[in-house]
Amino acid sequence: MAQLNLEDLVAIMRDCAGEDEHVNLDGDILDTLFYDLGYDSLALLQTTGRIEQEFDIVLDEDGITEAETPRALLALVNDCLAQAA
Amino acid sequence: MTAVITGIGVTAPTGLGTDSYWEATKAGRSGITPIDRFDASGYPAQLAGQVPGFTAAEHLPSRLVPQTDRMTQLALTAGAWALEDAAYEPDAFGEYGVSVVTAASGGGVEFGHRELENLWRKGKKFVSAYQSFAWFYAVNTGQLSIRHGGRGPCGTLVTEQAGGLDAVGQARRHVRRGTPLVVTGGVDGALSPWGWVAQLSTGLVSGTGYRPFGAEADGYLPGEGGAILVLEDAESAAARGIPAYGEIAGYAATLDPRPGLDAPPGLRRAAELALADARVTPSEVDAVFADAAGVPELDRIEAQVLCGLFGPHGVPVTAPKSATGRLFGGGAALDLAAALLSLRDGVLPPTPGVERPDHPIDLVTGAARELPLRTVLVLARGHGGFNAAVVVRAHHGKGAHPWRS
Repeated sequence: MAQLNLEDLVAIMRDCAGEDEHVNLDGDILDTLFYDLGYDSLALLQTTGRIEQEFDIVLDEDGITEAETPRALLALVNDCLAQAA
Repeated sequence: MTAVITGIGVTAPTGLGTDSYWEATKAGRSGITPIDRFDASGYPAQLAGQVPGFTAAEHLPSRLVPQTDRMTQLALTAGAWALEDAAYEPDAFGEYGVSVVTAASGGGVEFGHRELENLWRKGKKFVSAYQSFAWFYAVNTGQLSIRHGGRGPCGTLVTEQAGGLDAVGQARRHVRRGTPLVVTGGVDGALSPWGWVAQLSTGLVSGTGYRPFGAEADGYLPGEGGAILVLEDAESAAARGIPAYGEIAGYAATLDPRPGLDAPPGLRRAAELALADARVTPSEVDAVFADAAGVPELDRIEAQVLCGLFGPHGVPVTAPKSATGRLFGGGAALDLAAALLSLRDGVLPPTPGVERPDHPIDLVTGAARELPLRTVLVLARGHGGFNAAVVVRAHHGKGAHPWRS
């Protein structure tokens, strides 16, 4: 079953929205707020849009808004993937 | 109150960076090439002024690259250079002490074209979230403001090719009302099929070349790029110890009469009002940077204005924009940058591509011309009847930028 891990998520975020030069995305960021990682709501909209395309899923919009950290977003995506499987 | 230009940043088909642009411009090198950004083989015109060798990631933070059209990337690059040139320190002006006023035309057309194609071919889920603002005509002002902390009164002027001067005129109003520093000018471009067709619809784009005032003139060529300028209150700049390229001594804008009215075009009145605003007479003007439409009838109108104000062959006239194409919101800002560099160096760049003018004006052709310059008039016209004129004057005598000489 397909899964999204942190490494994949970081790669997608870099590609969709670039990377703040003051942040180390390769560090321990699972519980860091996206805002503190330099990503605003549009960057997340772009990122989740790309995830939906790549995995052919539709994420819950309220869930996206509530997913403020990589850990929460990964859980949202992987739950969705598990249900789709 | 005196408003002076203290910083210049250029991204042009003839050079990335002020020095590279100015060397090419003085040498009369052209940046006009066959379009390589998209397949233009099916269109009646295929030449344009394209900025060569620009890779956004080399100049911008990676967060900004996916969310910006190329013309915004060029504007942000020019803006950073202009502010560096002016030795800008973000914290030195107070929370609302910095404004941004730039000229624009269609916004991020190339970006918008790509995303509309995504919408059409793949569906709405495939449209970039950044389409929400990347295409927007005011985007350059917004991005410059966010990046450099410009929280004072900001704005965007849309008067086609006259916009670069109108933006500086508006910036000067802000300086006079108490904003010490305004980031202004314009960088523009729309070299995608959508943008190209919009230009072709004017019927004025040449299939062969841009030769303003020449006997062979048969239209203009579009290009991309422009200049971002830093305009400051002269006292504030002096207190910072920053030398000025020159003073924005006069500005005026007029509109042409609506079609069908038996009234003269507004260009001469714009020039006269700008001279009056600067309190100079035509005899005190040392050179003119012309709008130089490249369309025979429009060239004739401008030549008549120049002859009327200065007499036949009465003042040196130049149009280095024949080497870049017309840059819409960026064009007149780049002319203003060239005029300020001319003041600094006492040299008028030539009008590449034109051997001799078909009008009774003293057009600088062939080689650059060295002459003492103190007061220069810059003219601009925008499609749809816009006219603007700016008078720039050496601020502390000729060559007022000693740290560069």
